[in-house]
Amino acid sequence: MKEFVRHTGLVAPLNRSNVDTDQIIPKQFLKRIERTGFGQFLFFDWRFDDDGHPRPDFILNQPPYNTATILLAGANFGCGSSREHAPWALADFGFRAIIAPSFADIFYNNCFENGLLPVILPDEAVSRLFQLAEKEPVTLTIDLEAGTIREAQGRFSSEFEVNPERRQKLLKGLDSIGETLLHEEAIAAYENTHHLVSLPSL
Amino acid sequence: MAAETLFDKIWSQHIVYQESPDKAALIYIDRHYIHEVTSPQAFEGLRQAGRRVRRPDLTLAVMDHNVPTSDRSLPIHDEIARRQMEQLAINCREFDVPLFDLHHPDQGIVHIIGPEMGFTQPGMTIVCGDSHTSTHGAFGAWAFGIGTSEVEHVLATQTLWQSRPKTMEVRFVGQRPPGTTAKDMILALIRQIGVAGATGYVIEYTGDAVSKLSMEERMTLCNMSIEAGARAGMISPDETTIAYLASRPYTPKGAALEETRQRWLALATDPGAQFDRVVEVDISQLAPMVTWGTNPEMSAPITERVPDPADEPDPVRREMMKKALQYMGLTPGTPLSEIPIQRVFIGSCTNGRLEDLERAARVIQGHHVAPGVRAMAVPGSGRVKRAAEEKGLDRIFREAGFEWREPGCSMCLGMNEDILAPGERSASTSNRNFEGRQGRGGRTHLVSPEMAAAAAITGHLTDVRSLSSEVLQ
Repeated sequence: MKEFVRHTGLVAPLNRSNVDTDQIIPKQFLKRIERTGFGQFLFFDWRFDDDGHPRPDFILNQPPYNTATILLAGANFGCGSSREHAPWALADFGFRAIIAPSFADIFYNNCFENGLLPVILPDEAVSRLFQLAEKEPVTLTIDLEAGTIREAQGRFSSEFEVNPERRQKLLKGLDSIGETLLHEEAIAAYENTHHLVSLPSL
Repeated sequence: MAAETLFDKIWSQHIVYQESPDKAALIYIDRHYIHEVTSPQAFEGLRQAGRRVRRPDLTLAVMDHNVPTSDRSLPIHDEIARRQMEQLAINCREFDVPLFDLHHPDQGIVHIIGPEMGFTQPGMTIVCGDSHTSTHGAFGAWAFGIGTSEVEHVLATQTLWQSRPKTMEVRFVGQRPPGTTAKDMILALIRQIGVAGATGYVIEYTGDAVSKLSMEERMTLCNMSIEAGARAGMISPDETTIAYLASRPYTPKGAALEETRQRWLALATDPGAQFDRVVEVDISQLAPMVTWGTNPEMSAPITERVPDPADEPDPVRREMMKKALQYMGLTPGTPLSEIPIQRVFIGSCTNGRLEDLERAARVIQGHHVAPGVRAMAVPGSGRVKRAAEEKGLDRIFREAGFEWREPGCSMCLGMNEDILAPGERSASTSNRNFEGRQGRGGRTHLVSPEMAAAAAITGHLTDVRSLSSEVLQ
């Protein structure tokens, strides 16, 4: 997994709450069996009209925001379906971080598995960022090691927290399965001492 | 010993490793359900790392999300969907995982098959790469949806790292009025606390009205926990749970059942156990609910009107309401019961079980689908379909002008050809009314099976309690 230590990039403001994963990537694009290539379908129904032409009023269709790497969004981002295709699409499009007042649980978990940093900031800080970013292009530096966010011209700065274990995982880009298998003995011991109900062979 | 909740008990029984109580715990997973859409990349990951499936005997694969619900003897038109299903079959063969494929007689929606076969049992930890895994919580299991990386993790290790969630008691107060259902109860809760109202919590549903629900109704309730943002929803096992499980193909029988029964009942939340948060929902005045917007909290009793954003004091919410009404093509002040619909969908892991079909059939019996309405009944599984046909429900649906289809997720998420056309409006027993959920530009109104049936007959959203008078006129 791609590690995340520090990142500087342009912010795309998407001022909506409860953005669900059906919007992030509609179901017709979930049939692929690969992990890559989902960026072209990101926010498909918002980005493209019925004829497949880009909608000029959607933020990610407007230069320079089409090259943004930090997404700024409203509360409860990523709610709904558990599809990991949502963070895959965001990462594949080029996003490295998402800033919002809150995230839905499953989506939040999925981000950490894909080198995508979800940053939770208080409502008030997010509102200030929207004010800045909706006026003109804003560049932020997100430092996961230090737990800080800074705007390039010093107009915004904030601290943020991430669960220490998750932070460590992202900083090093660790493979969680490899880590877990270090506990092989404990897993085997659990299996030997607990009654597990096997399924019948069908 | 201190009084514990159902969740507390399951949590402590499943810790494989935890450095300290404030750290994430490695949790053992008793059941891992997988399906064709969120598993291919997980198997590919195993293959690339040279890993195996640790416990194929605790894993069950099902084809449900993009299966066609039309004649199964015909070839599948959708090339990419077919490839995804074939890939699941290949993966299951290679890794020895049991599979209910498209042609298995008991094939169906994973959240319907697990319980009806008896694979889902009280006290288990259950995961699936699907957010509606919360359904299984109806049995007193801790069941939650995960992403594909976590699917791969469970396949390889049969465990998951979990931070201990907070617990929330949702206590339904009062008796459920006639003509209302578990679907109305859960929609009322989500309306009250919002789509992020339970984020970070595992919900336990309590109260006399919950105890009186059948297992199938309890599954409807737990199923939509995720629509309130909850990590899971659950109900303490009781005699209703045991009675349901006793008749399932793969549950203990005879003396073994008696032993297991005691263990299952002991999982129930102890009197006096503490939850981190308690929410009360008064259902004494509950009416059939219908969504008017683009997420499940945007709902109202059918007796009300489309709300006016101008009445909403919060500017952010006002803007969201405006956007939602624009997408839905609705005018504030319109009585909800006057909204015309063109499509009806009865099915899904929320409302695709036998009782759901029976209740809908009672409403439509002797009536016919309104002109211009296309209505589909999609049983949740092969077993549900056969049981319904033994009771003659298929005839009732067909004679009323419904399509009686093969089991699958179908129009709930529209991954197969069962979708709405742009601008088409549905009364749907599914769980999400997100923009485009049932098809790009499609407009979804979530309702109970009875309400969907009533809408099919009249051609507009209808209070099922007043249907008899309306159709007699």
